[in-house]
Parts: sequence; structure tokens; C-alpha cells
Amino acid sequence: MEVESNYLNHEKGLKSWLCSVDHKRIGILYFIAVMTFFLVGGLFGLLVRLELLTPTRLFMSSDLYNKAMTLHGSVMIFMVIIPGIPAVLGNFVLPLMIGAKDVAFPRLNLLSWYFLMFGATLAVLAIVLGGVDTGWTFYTPYSIRSMEAVTVILFGAFIMGFSSILTGLNFIVTIHQLRAPGMTMMHMPLFGWALYAAAIIQIIATPVLAITLLLLIAERLFGVGIFDASIGGDPILFQHFFWFYSHPAVYIMILPAMGIISEVVSTFSRKTIFGYKAIAFSSVAISAISFFVWGHHLFVSGQSELAGAIFSILTVLVGVPTAIKLFNWVATMYQGSIKLDTPMLYAIAFIGLFLIGGLTGLFLASMATDVQLHDTYFVVAHFHYTMVGGVVMGMFSGMFYWMPKITGKMYNELWGRVSAVLAFLGFNVTFIPQFIMGSQGMPRRYHLYDPKFHAYHLTSTIGSWILGLGIVIAMIVLIKSFKKGSVAPVNPWGGTTLEWTTPSPPPHDNFAQIPTVTSRPYEYN
Amino acid sequence: MSTINFEKGVIPSHHFSTVSQEYHAGILGIWLFLATEVLMFGGLFVAYAIFRNMYPSVFHDASQLLDMQLGAMNTVILIASSYCMAQAVHYTQKGETHHAFTLILLTILCALFFLGVKYFEYQHKFHEGLLPGMNFTHANATREMGIFFGLYFVMTGLHAIHILVGIGLMAWLLLRFKRNEFSPHYFIPVDGVGLYWHIVDIIWIFLFPLLYLIG
Repeated sequence: MEVESNYLNHEKGLKSWLCSVDHKRIGILYFIAVMTFFLVGGLFGLLVRLELLTPTRLFMSSDLYNKAMTLHGSVMIFMVIIPGIPAVLGNFVLPLMIGAKDVAFPRLNLLSWYFLMFGATLAVLAIVLGGVDTGWTFYTPYSIRSMEAVTVILFGAFIMGFSSILTGLNFIVTIHQLRAPGMTMMHMPLFGWALYAAAIIQIIATPVLAITLLLLIAERLFGVGIFDASIGGDPILFQHFFWFYSHPAVYIMILPAMGIISEVVSTFSRKTIFGYKAIAFSSVAISAISFFVWGHHLFVSGQSELAGAIFSILTVLVGVPTAIKLFNWVATMYQGSIKLDTPMLYAIAFIGLFLIGGLTGLFLASMATDVQLHDTYFVVAHFHYTMVGGVVMGMFSGMFYWMPKITGKMYNELWGRVSAVLAFLGFNVTFIPQFIMGSQGMPRRYHLYDPKFHAYHLTSTIGSWILGLGIVIAMIVLIKSFKKGSVAPVNPWGGTTLEWTTPSPPPHDNFAQIPTVTSRPYEYN
Repeated sequence: MSTINFEKGVIPSHHFSTVSQEYHAGILGIWLFLATEVLMFGGLFVAYAIFRNMYPSVFHDASQLLDMQLGAMNTVILIASSYCMAQAVHYTQKGETHHAFTLILLTILCALFFLGVKYFEYQHKFHEGLLPGMNFTHANATREMGIFFGLYFVMTGLHAIHILVGIGLMAWLLLRFKRNEFSPHYFIPVDGVGLYWHIVDIIWIFLFPLLYLIG
């Protein structure tokens, strides 16, 4: 059989990959990097959970425990779920989806991958130099006085910020300038809208993280004093700066996942998406509101009650556009011909888990309840429901959805489904007990704990093994599909967006001729 | 924009369909980048506002220790450099690239002069013990003055790094001018570096009064 020329066989050799400016190949480079980081971050997470199997020390010193916990958080946040969906799937799919030959700045795109790699190298260096024990939030004053390697990992996170900014910048320009003729903004697939909304946050919020990290580095190296109360500085200012980025950042993570769910739910229900405009605008609304909610992280940090009340109300507001999305997805599924393939299983897992994550967020947004729940496992469970139940489930949904396009082969459907079911069950077994013990007062980040919480921790640790198994199976299935599997047709799922009109895998130039768009996406009848 | 004339024969990069589309993509990209610069310095301005509000008299006294004349001279130098840069972009668009080349060279000289002045200012401050935060050792001064000098060094230091990057970018432009790569049909890099240089200038125009001219 004659093999057609595609982006995978267009050029050969390692150099043709490492110097490629093709958005599809860069997407694959990101895929390899992010999956590797995911394994590392996941391993740290599993080690932390294993150590918590017993109320007393099992195999780690408290010092080592603090480092493992910090690295789990830092790696997962900065190296997995921030670049995960935009840089891997966004890179691969966005230009295809809007009928473009590439992103607007292909070389910048490659550069952003190298920034991520450079930042990751520094993170590894920080581990070699003895690790970091500040928690991923680097709160002052502890982070000023803590060990040497903190400066290195701060610089690493600073560099990775550039990667995120460049990806966001590239996507905004791509969406504005490179949509195919006839594709108005209102004809653009919802994944594009979601990436656009996330890119706005990447561009506006990330520079503030950059300056925060730089100030902390300057504090450590030159004793600048801005965050140091001993000479009149203000450690709480660090928290404000940090969360001015890091709260919007959770929407950098979740918005693209929501975009994937819009695509998958419509395709696998074989129905036009319900409320296209509402979903599109709610993405932008979320990114706008996200900048005014950071104070809910400081309810117990000595922030004024008035400020607390205002942040509380604003935070609850985020629930509105989020709920709009959930209602629209469910309305799309209603009376649809639902096919429960792997992407849809992950999407349904997303909807259920993210609903719980979102609703428990309201407990934490309300000042009075947050004072009780602050810094307990309830918070840990809440953000894992949004970040794993939401972002990671969404990421796998999208990966299984577009993998046939990426590799040109069908993955093993049975094992794909097994991974989805295991991940869903394991996830709940891990984190439901954390809600319960958190509401009973189990503080987060503690190495040793009161034996009355033992049953919850034990269940949670067992759950983490099931979750880990599910995710490892998912990765194996995805990676294997690069080598083995039946030939994927152009459009295996019957999708209606433009990426399903190019061959699988797509040719180097994406489209022989730039398509002209005449209809809205998601028209099934 | 009205002066731009995209010739039909010029070929855009492979993923653009027209030269105009490529130009507008480039310009939008640069403006977005400038937005990130504003937000990055924005963090410092917020910190400045908070601490000045916290310690108004300390900031007033500390500001007196800066050399206003040197600051003013540097302000004039940077404004002149921005004028040269604007003219360089103008001449590139008109196709008079040899003029543009000279003007960018002048801009670089202004930038170097600026850094030279900054070097002497810093040296003087180091000598007097006017150092950031913990290292502040100046005689008869309050502890919080360290915060002012912490901000002073971080803000002007980050700004100076931007000047250095600007010099690098302009040197790169000069090389490309030498290779005759710019014409009225292709000048995005000149425009982009020009806009970058203006933002660096504007940031200084805010830094100068905030740091040197209090009270």
C-alpha cells in the first residue's frame, strides 16, 4: 500500500523534529514533554499518598514529605495542566479547526517549547540541588529563608511563564488573522473560543506572575525587602500578587478543557451544540471575572472584612457562566444519539466531577464557611475535582478524540474505555474521603495526622492506586496508537469541524486548498 | 497605516495568504507583547503605590537622595532616542533605508549613554550604602528607606535590562539593514522594535517622576 505524504513522514530524523516549525510536530513535542512531566508529577503524588497510608511515619521523613508534596504541586501545575491542553491539543488542532496552514508565528511556537524545556531543566536542577519544600505557592516569608534550590525553581517557573505567554499570544493572533474565509467568530468551533478566552488570561495574568517571581528572587538574592516584614515590607502582598496570577491561571487550565467537552459532547450526541453563543460568551465571561476573585485565597490572611465580602460575591459570580456551560452540555445530550466511546466517557466523567468541583467551590467562596474549611483537605479535594476531575479528564477526552487524527490509527477502544472507568472510579475513591475528613478538620499538607482520620486516608490512598492505574493505561493506549492500530478514516467520529476534512494524519500543509466555510459548526441534520 | 503600500509581487510567508494579513498579524502580536510588558511593570507600580502610601514621608526623604539632574538628563536622552526611532521607522517605510540605518545607530548611542549615566548613579548609591532592603547601610536613615531603594533598584534595574535587550534588537536590525532586507513592502521587524523601544521609553517617563520627583 502506498503511504501518502503526511506531517509524520514529511521529513525524517531527530533534527527534523527538534527544529520543526510545523504546529502539528510541535504539538507532538509538547505531548511527549507533558506526558513525561505527568508521570513524574503523578509519581510524587502517589508517593505522598502512600506515605499518608498510616498516621505515623511510613517511609519518608517529614522533610522529604514536604519536598515530595511541593514537587507534586509545582510539576503538575506549571508543567502539566497549564501547558497540557493549549500547547498539546491546541497547537495540533486549532489551526486545522479554523482552516489555517499553521499558527501565526511558527518559530515563536517552537521557541515556546524550548522555554518550557529550559524551565523544566531548571526544575530538575532544583531537585538535584536538594529539592524545594515551600509548597507550590512559594508563600513568603518562609520561601525567602528556605533552602538554596528555591531560587532555581522560581527562575524555572519564570521561564515557563514565557512559554505560556507566547502560546497565548500566538493563539490570539492566529484566531484573529488566520480563520478561513467565511469562518466568522460566530462560526468558529467552541474549542477555539475556549482557547481564545484562556489566551487572554495567559497574556494578562502571566506577566504579573513573572514580576512576582522576580521580586521573590530579588528578595532572596539581594534582600530587597518588599515582602519582608522585618524591615517594613509586606508578606501578604506576595499572596495578593501570587493569586492575581494563580487564580486566573486555574481558568487557563479549565477553559480549554471546557472547550474540548463542547466538541466531544456535540459529536458523540450527534446533535447541534445547545446554546452556542451562551457557551462561547461564557468562556470570555469566565476569563473576565477571573481577574477579580483572587482575594478569596486571603479570607484568613488578615484581609479586611469588606474586601473579603466583595471577593466573596465576585467569586460566586464565576458560578454563573460555569453553570451555563454545564446546563448547555446536558441540554445537548438530551435526546441525542449518545455513543459511549472513550472520549465521551471522559467527557461525561468531566461533567459529573466538575459539577462537584464547582459546587464545593461555592462553599469556599462563601467567607463564613471558608473560615472553617480553609487549609483543610476539603480544599485539596475541591481543587482536585476541578483540576483532575475537570482538566485532566478533559485533556484525556480530547486526546482520545483527536488521537486518530494525530496518529492516523485507531487506538484500542476497549482499553480506552477501561482507562476511563478506572480513572473515574479511582478518582472518586481518592477524593470523596478527603471532602469528609476536611470538613472534620484534617489540615492539608500535614505529614502526620490524628489516627481518627486513618480510615479516610487509607481509602484515599487505595483510590490513588486505582486512579494511577487508569491513567497509566490511558497513556499506554494513546502512545501505542502511534505504532499499532487499524487505519483511521478521515472522520472516525462523524465530527463536523474542519479538522475532520483533512486526511488522518494531516499532510504537512494541512489543507491542499484553504477551505471556504459556509455554515456553522455542529450541524448534524 | 495609510502610508503602507503592499506591492502585489511580494510573496507572504507560506501560511499567510496575503502580505497585508501577515503584516497585521505581526503588528497585533507586537501589541499583545507590549501589553504583557505593561502588566509586568504594573506589578511594580502597584508595589510602589502601596509602600508609598504606607510610608509617605520616608519615600519623600529617600527620593531626595537621588540625583534629579542625572535623572532628568536621562529622560531627555530617552525621549530623543524615541524620536530617532520613530524617524527610522518612517524612513524605512519611505524606502530611504540609509537614513533609517543612521537613525537607529543614533538610538543605540542614546541607549548606551543612558546606561552609562545609570552606571555612575548606581556606583554612587552603592558607595553611600543606599542599597536595597536588608543591605541598606546609609547613615542617619530610617529602616523603611531600604524598601524605597529596594523598589528603586528593582524598577530601574528591570528597566535597564529592557534597554540592554533593546540595544541587542537594534543591533540585529542594523545587520538586517546591511543585508538590504527591509523595504517599504517589508518592515515589520523595524516597526516592532520601534514599538518596543517606545514602551521602554514610556516606562521610564513614569519611573522618573515617581522615583526622583517626590515632594
